[in-house]
Order: sequence, then C-alpha cells, then structure tokens
Amino acid sequence: MANYYDQTGRIFDIQRFSIHDGPGIRTIVFLKGCYLRCRWCCNPESQEYKLQELTMNGTTKTVGQDITVRELMEEIAKDEVYYRRSGGGVTLSGGEAMAQPDFAEAILRACHDRGFSTAIETTAFADRDVVARLIPHIDHVMMDIKHMDSVKHEAFTGQPNEKILANARYIAEHASHMVIRVPVIPGFNDTPAEIAAIARFAESLPGVHELHLLPYHRLGTDKYAGLGREYTLSHITPPSVAHMQMLKETAEREACKLTCHLRVQIGG
Amino acid sequence: MSELKFVIEKSPRIARLIHDLYKDMPEIEADRAELVTESYKQTENLPIIKRRSAAFRHILENIPIVIRDGELIVGSNSVAPRGCQTFPEFSYEWLPPEYETIATREADPFYISPDTIRRLENVHPYWKGKTVSDLAAANMDPEVLDVFLNHGIFTVGNYFYNGVGHVNVNYEKVINCGLETYIQECITELSKLTRGQGDYAQRRSFLESVIESCEAVIAYARRYSDLALSQAAACADPARKAELLTIAEACDRVPAKPARSFHEACQGFWFIQQLMQMESSGHSISPGRFDQYMYPFFKADLDAGRITYEAAQELLDCIWVKLNDLNKVRDAASAEGFAGYGLFQNLIVGGQDEHGLDATNDLSYMCMEAQMHVRLPQPSLSIRVWNGSPHSLLIKAAAVTREGMGVPAFYNDEVIIPSMMSRGYTLEDARGYCIIGCVEPSACHKTDGWHDAAFFNMVRPLELVFSSGMDKGEQIGPKTMDVLEMTSFDQFFDAYKTQQEFFIEMMAQADNAVDAAHAVRCPLPFESCLIDDCIANGRSVQEGGCHYNFTGPQGFGIANVADSLAVMRKLVFEDGVITMAEMKQALRDNFGKGATNKRAMELTTEAAKMLDAEGKEINADLIKAIFMGFKNAAHISADKKARYDDMLKMIADVPKYGNDLREVDLFAREVGQTYTKPLLAHTNPRGGMFHAGLYPVSANVPLGHQAGASPDGRLSNTPIADGVGPMSGRDVKGPTATANSVSRLDLGDASNGTLLNQKFHPSALAGEMGLEKFVAYLRGFFDQKGMHVQYNVISRETLLDAQAHPENYKTLVVRVAGYSALFTTLSRSLQDDIISRTEQTGL
Repeated sequence: MANYYDQTGRIFDIQRFSIHDGPGIRTIVFLKGCYLRCRWCCNPESQEYKLQELTMNGTTKTVGQDITVRELMEEIAKDEVYYRRSGGGVTLSGGEAMAQPDFAEAILRACHDRGFSTAIETTAFADRDVVARLIPHIDHVMMDIKHMDSVKHEAFTGQPNEKILANARYIAEHASHMVIRVPVIPGFNDTPAEIAAIARFAESLPGVHELHLLPYHRLGTDKYAGLGREYTLSHITPPSVAHMQMLKETAEREACKLTCHLRVQIGG
Repeated sequence: MSELKFVIEKSPRIARLIHDLYKDMPEIEADRAELVTESYKQTENLPIIKRRSAAFRHILENIPIVIRDGELIVGSNSVAPRGCQTFPEFSYEWLPPEYETIATREADPFYISPDTIRRLENVHPYWKGKTVSDLAAANMDPEVLDVFLNHGIFTVGNYFYNGVGHVNVNYEKVINCGLETYIQECITELSKLTRGQGDYAQRRSFLESVIESCEAVIAYARRYSDLALSQAAACADPARKAELLTIAEACDRVPAKPARSFHEACQGFWFIQQLMQMESSGHSISPGRFDQYMYPFFKADLDAGRITYEAAQELLDCIWVKLNDLNKVRDAASAEGFAGYGLFQNLIVGGQDEHGLDATNDLSYMCMEAQMHVRLPQPSLSIRVWNGSPHSLLIKAAAVTREGMGVPAFYNDEVIIPSMMSRGYTLEDARGYCIIGCVEPSACHKTDGWHDAAFFNMVRPLELVFSSGMDKGEQIGPKTMDVLEMTSFDQFFDAYKTQQEFFIEMMAQADNAVDAAHAVRCPLPFESCLIDDCIANGRSVQEGGCHYNFTGPQGFGIANVADSLAVMRKLVFEDGVITMAEMKQALRDNFGKGATNKRAMELTTEAAKMLDAEGKEINADLIKAIFMGFKNAAHISADKKARYDDMLKMIADVPKYGNDLREVDLFAREVGQTYTKPLLAHTNPRGGMFHAGLYPVSANVPLGHQAGASPDGRLSNTPIADGVGPMSGRDVKGPTATANSVSRLDLGDASNGTLLNQKFHPSALAGEMGLEKFVAYLRGFFDQKGMHVQYNVISRETLLDAQAHPENYKTLVVRVAGYSALFTTLSRSLQDDIISRTEQTGL
C-alpha cells in the first residue's frame, strides 16, 4: 500500500483553536463534499465536492484546495503543545468526512501516529464498510440525528434517514465515545414530540450519554448569495432561549422514562 | 474539573469606600508644592540630600491629613479622594498653560480650583531654572534635545518631567523590623566613618538624611494615630469607635516598630506605599511579592485565632481601594502615553521562591479575590507562572481574567529567570523577581532599574531610511544611501539598522542626561534607605547606591517594521511589482488617502523649506494651497489613487507577522534584535548597563500619530502595533497562531520586559470548561517560552456601547498595555485602538 501520508484529499478550511467542538483545544479540518443538502446548512460551500467560486463582500475566492496528508499534518502539528495541555486534538468535519474515506482514514491514522486525539463531526450517511473502516481510528464521534421521520428528513436534507439510524447504532456499539447532536430547526424538528423522539432514540444507543441541542442560527446565510444560490429558510428565526430550555427539559424527561443515562445540554 | 478556591463574601464596607472614592473628578492640591518651596527657601546652604530630607519632614509635619469614612487602613496624600499633589522640584512649567483645559482634556482630567491656581502661582517663580527638568535639558547635547522634543522618534519625557519611581522596596523589612531599626543602622554606619575618608561628608549627609526621613515618617504616622484618637472620642457609633481605636493603636506602632498583627502589617505596608509617592512624583512604585511578605502575619493571626479569612479579606480589599486613592497629574502629552490615571503599582502573586520551590499560599488566592471584590484599575495585579504552578491558582486567575478587567497579567518564570541571569542577577535574586510598573522584571528591593526609561518608536527610523535621515527639512539622522540607488534588500535593511542605532545612541544620551540630573537635584533619601545596599554604600539610589542598576528604555513597532521590511523585500526587491520611487511617493502621499491636519502642516513646512532653499517666493496663499493639497490629497490624480489602492491590495497579500509562519516570524525576531542588541553597548551614570524592553505602555497611539505612513500599508498618523503582538487585525489564524508567532521572538533578550495583549470574547472563557481550556492555552503558550501575556475579555459590543453611553460605564476597567484603566477616561483614539485589537472568539 502506498504511504498514507501521500494520500490527497479536498478540504475547504482549517480552523485552529476550536474550543466548542469536542474535548480540549482542537483543530478542525473541513473536508469538502457532502451527501446531504440540509436547507439550513451554514457551510453551503462545503456541500459540492467540486471547487467553487464564493463571492463575499465584493471579493471572489476559490473554495476548496487539494492537499496531502503530509502537508495537512504540518498545519495540524502547529498546535501540538495546546493539544497536549488541553487533551485536545483534531476534528474532521465537513462537508462529510466519510465521503472521502481514504483521505479521512489517512488523516486519522497520521494523527494517531503523533498521539493526537481524533474526533469527527458526521452525518454518518455512508456505507457500512466505510463506517467500519474509520471508527477504530476515531476517539470521539459527534453525530447528528436530525429527524426520526424519514420522509420529513428527506424533504429537508435530501436523503432518507434509515441508513443514518442504522449506522448510529453500529457506531454506538463500536466507538469509544459518542455524542448525539441535533440542529434544532424551526418548522422542521423543533416540536416537543420531534425532539422527544430523537431523545428516545439517543437514549436507546449503548454508551451514549450526551445529547446536544444546537439552536438554529443564520451565520451562513450570506454565503448562499455568494454562491449564486437561494436560501430557502429566510423566513425562519432562531429559536428563543425559553423554547430551547423547554425542549431540553422535554428531552431529559423523555430519556428518564427509560434509563436516565442521557445528559442533555444546549450548545456544543 | 477543579473548584474555584477562596470565594469569600465581600464586606459591604468596600462598596461604600469605592462609591466615596469615585464621587467626584480628582482634584489637584497645592499643599505639597507650598511646603516643599518653603523648606527649600530655608535650606539653600545645605547639601542637596539634606535639603531633600528637610523638605520631606516639613511636608509630613504640616500637610493636611484625613481619615475617610469607614476606612480601616488610613493615610492619604490629598484631602480630596483620588486627589494629587504637585512636585515643582521636578518640573512645573507644563502645568500653568493647562490650568484652563485640564478639567476638560480628553486623557486624565483633573479639577483645579482658583485658589489652588493662586497658591501654585505664588511658588512657581522660585523654581525657575532649579528643576530636574532644567538641568536634564542642559545636560543633553543640543541635537539630542532637538530630536527628543521635536521629532517623535523617542521620548524620555517621563523622567524628564517627573520623578522616576519604578522600584520595589523592602516592605518586608519595614513591617518585620520597623523604621527604628533603619535609624539604628544609620547610627552604626555613622560611627564607622572616619573623618579622613574622602567621601566622609557625602556619606554623613546621606545617613543623616535617612535618619531625618525615617523620623519624619514615624511622626507622620503618629499624627494619624492622634487624629484617629480624637475622632474616636467624638464618635457615637460604638463599632466605628472601636475601629478608630484600633487604627490609632496601629498608627502609633507602625511603621516605627515591628508589626504585631496582620492589620498592623497592612497599615505599615500602606504608609510606605503612600509616602514613597509623597517623597517623589514617580509612578510604578510596585508592591511586588505582597503575598510572600504579608503571609507570615496572616498565618500567625490565623493560627492564634485572632483573625478570620473574611476579616483578612476585608483588610486586603481596603488596601486595594487605597491603591486607587493615590493619583498623579501629568502633562497632556504624557497623560496620553500613560492614559487612565495609571500609577502602575504592580503587585504580583505566585511563582517560585529563591530556592526554586513554588511559593503559592492562601494570600495568592485572596489577592485575586480582592480584585474580584474591588474591580478598580489599581493595583496592576500580576501572577507568576511556572511549570510547578498549582492548577487551582491558574483556574482562579482565569476566573478573574474572565471578569474582563484585564488582570491578572501572566508572567513566565521559565523565561524571565534565565533572562535576568543573563544580565548579571544571581540565581536566587532572579528566582525571587517581581514586576515593576507595566511588565518589567526586577530583583525585589535591590534594583534601580530605570525601567520605562524612554519610548522608542521603531517605525520612525524606517521613515528616515526613505529620506536618508532628513526630517521636517532637517538632517537629523545619518545620511544613509539614497533608496533610489539601492539594488538589494540588504542595503535597505542595513540603512534601517544604521538609522536605528544612531537614534538608540541619542536616546541613551538623553536618558543619561536626565539620570544625572536626578542625582544632582532630586536624590531621594527615604526611598534609598528602603533599597539594598544604599545604607551600606552611603549614597542614594539616584547616585548609584543600589545593588543592581539598569536603564531600560522600551521599543515598540516590531510588527509594523517586520511587515514593512517583508513588503519591501518581496514587492520592491524580489518581485519588482512596485518600484522604489513609487513606494517612496506612496508613503509621502499616504497611499492617496489624504493627511490629517497635523501631518499636512508638517508636509507643508517641509515643502516651504525646500521652496525657500530653491529661492522661490513664498506667500500665505501658496502655503494655504499646499496645505489643502496635502489634506485632501487633491494633487493626486484618480489614476494614481487607483494605483495606490492596487498597491495596498498587493501589500495586504504579503504574509504578515502573527500568523504562525516560521520564516516571517523569524524575520520579526531579527527586527526585534535591531533594537535589543545595540542598546546593550550603552552604560548609565549609576554604573549599570542599558537593556531593552519591548512594550509601548499606551504610547503606540500618540507616537503613532506622529509617524508617517509605512510600507506595511499603515496610514500616516495612525497607531503602531501595541507590543510584541501582531498589528491589529493582521493576525487571522486565531490565538494559538498568534502565540506561536510571538514565541519565536527573542523575548528573553528584552530583559526589561515584553508585552502581548490578546483580546478574547467572553464566550471563549464561558463555564468551567472555558476556564480549563483557557489555562491549557496559557500553559501551551508558556511552554513555548512566551514571556508575558494579558487579556481583555470584553465583547466589542460592550466597548462600543461604553463609547456611546459613558455614563453607564463609570467603572468599566479594561487592559490598556501593561496596566488597566477606566475605559471611559481614555482618549477616543486609545479607545478605538483597544476596540480594534483582533478579537479571539474560539470557534
């Protein structure tokens, strides 16, 4: 097998000093390309695998670059001292990291070679063999469950949820640590019944003890225009603090009907 | 997750003390000026050192004293809360022209009453020609004086106009032994003198002046004892009456004799802190390792059941309030450089002891708790961090940091101790260091560091490269190679080094001229007896009596110069996409952006001188036309302006310092060394050497306003980068990248201190996890030999709101540079500078 440090992949950003996603101080590598088309996505430039032009504030720049794992590790290693001091490391995000499995696996292995902790933010919309290949190299999985109803899921994300739910169970059974996250989107999944359903599912996953409710925000909306696309959720507003609190309590109550292992928090 | 230690309830007394202290604008008082003048008139035949102690005694015997409502620790230099005295023996001529404006000026306004003006006007004539400032000017070479006063390259204004301060004294010995011990030591030294020795008269005078000063301080404390007794007698409230009786007993006891309790130790400490300020007009008189020398008194009381944590905390809080009662009026220009009524009383906790063991104790935590309670600019609270610092102490420090007051500032033992040893401090003295003023390391009570000796704007010599040493129509610097003839970047960089070294030497001469003037006109006997080894050496601090002597002037602008040189190398010399002539003209034209009034006036003067030299006729209309042209950039065509915009874009794309790019950062390191290395060659009149600091206090704003545009795209008359950090807004890779870049500088070579400001959004420190990650981040920076860092944790929105509604933010404290200040008392441009610092949110 060729040296995995020579593996090339496509990313669209590297973000250092990330402190709200996973343990410690982390560097997030954003891989380009995703199978889902979530209508609220705050990184619309992440969805297409192909390189794109994005125009913001009158300046046009190309989104996406191809990079080898060796080059990427040079950038990642710059914050090594902070990973060690904080118990942090590297997080793969996207896009969907599992959509570039060879690249993702190579990064994860290279990180473990250096002793950096690894994490992934994933939709888990991937073939089972890909999931099975990657999970042994990942210390922390942060996985989205967006909706329990497959039809509604497909209407808002472009994909049904059966594969996702099945993978969630597989990951829960095989990963060392897993957190379930829910982007709370008004008009999509922000009713108590919908959140309760997700909470029940999360509670049923072995070893899962954390559910994070992430309130919808509008930070990425300008980018849609910058890509020449329409933002279809311009009519909705972020949920109120009170509403989020109510959903949190709902989720906690629901989980406690079962085993009460699940800790629910608002934000990542 | 560690719990937050030493969360102690705040006494209601503290809020009342603070309220009373900040009710009114601070006021200037005339008593000291009158008393010092009276005394000087009667002592003209005496040696200067004895005139000083006689004046000190006369002041302390007669100046009004006051015990403020509810105080437990007493002693004020002014009747008005936060008032100040003046010190005409250092300088006074700047004050009369400001009588009318001083209450309304932007930076640090003071109220001055008509009666005070009248009284000051009575004494000022006596001082004509007799001040430190007058002698300092006479000591300077004329061209050095011209460059200092008129060209904005460096300024030695701080000690030219004021006392020096900037020391840590032996509080420990005073509270443990009492001033009577000092008097005994002097008597012993006097008895050892022989009449035949050459320095007999000098030593005798010095030792006698110390005795007189100590006796004056003891008598002053007893005036407070008497006042407390008489107030107690008239007090109807039994609780307050008891407090006043305790105060009376303490002031009778200390600082004459050893303190017997934590309360007496606090009171003894305070009299020293207060009266050092009364003796001279110096600032940055720094309490240093307060948690170390006060701890035995606290522990003894605690073990004996004489005090509770709550009562001890209340006394600490009272000292924290009192540190804000001291104040100082400066001239308008200096007030901008030290904006925020700063007295820079640096108090540091934690770190190693002289044996290299961790010295953290309960008071280390309680000092931080005092900061949480009192929330005022003073003291400049600092913390020493080393590999063995307890995690819980750093978590406590992070919790204080999160409050947004800009304190504590963090110092790294692992860099500072070897740095100090490289300048001749012993290992034990280096381990025991404290911080003076903003950021300057110093051996406790053994050092006259002349820290803060000058500001040196590293951007100005770069301007002079383009003019081959010409400024405002005068050849003030070396005539380096014409830039238009340069063919390599090395020639350009060499010219910069030549200009830099020339002005560094000038600055050293200016500093030494001022230094020598202090020794002749204002030696300080009281300060001297409190610093080793002045008594044994028989001479004052100002005459070189201290164990360690340094002069530490500070440079700033590394980021602008490094970025500028990188731009010149890449765009002009390597890629050739901008010609040298174009760049030179772009800088004169301020990249087509027009000039401020001040800058336009300077350019007009220059142009007029050139026309005059060419024999052209000059009239008022022509001058006006030239001026308006510069102001509006009217003479610049639209094409040219478009080209300048293109140039600015190219400049923006050149990699900048602060983004964790190894090569760029190492170049910034080399630029820093063009300041730190040449300084080491110079010596001071006290037998010490020069060494560099790299920090600007807040002078990067006013001195930036005196500098033209620079090749890094910085427009003329705008702020310079504010320390060893990157230029505002140019570091775009987050705080770890910034920290890594800064770590690549040769920080330890700036043995007089470095300064890194970082700004975090409050969300980055939210919750227990936020504190943990913040501490990890700090440790990571210090693992890589970061030397100092301080944080402003206030959201941009809050600061903008405070600008818009200052009335709602009267006590909003922010970090300026090496110190914290009330945001609303800062000038608008300094406020803007703080707001524009890159904000790290944590993503």
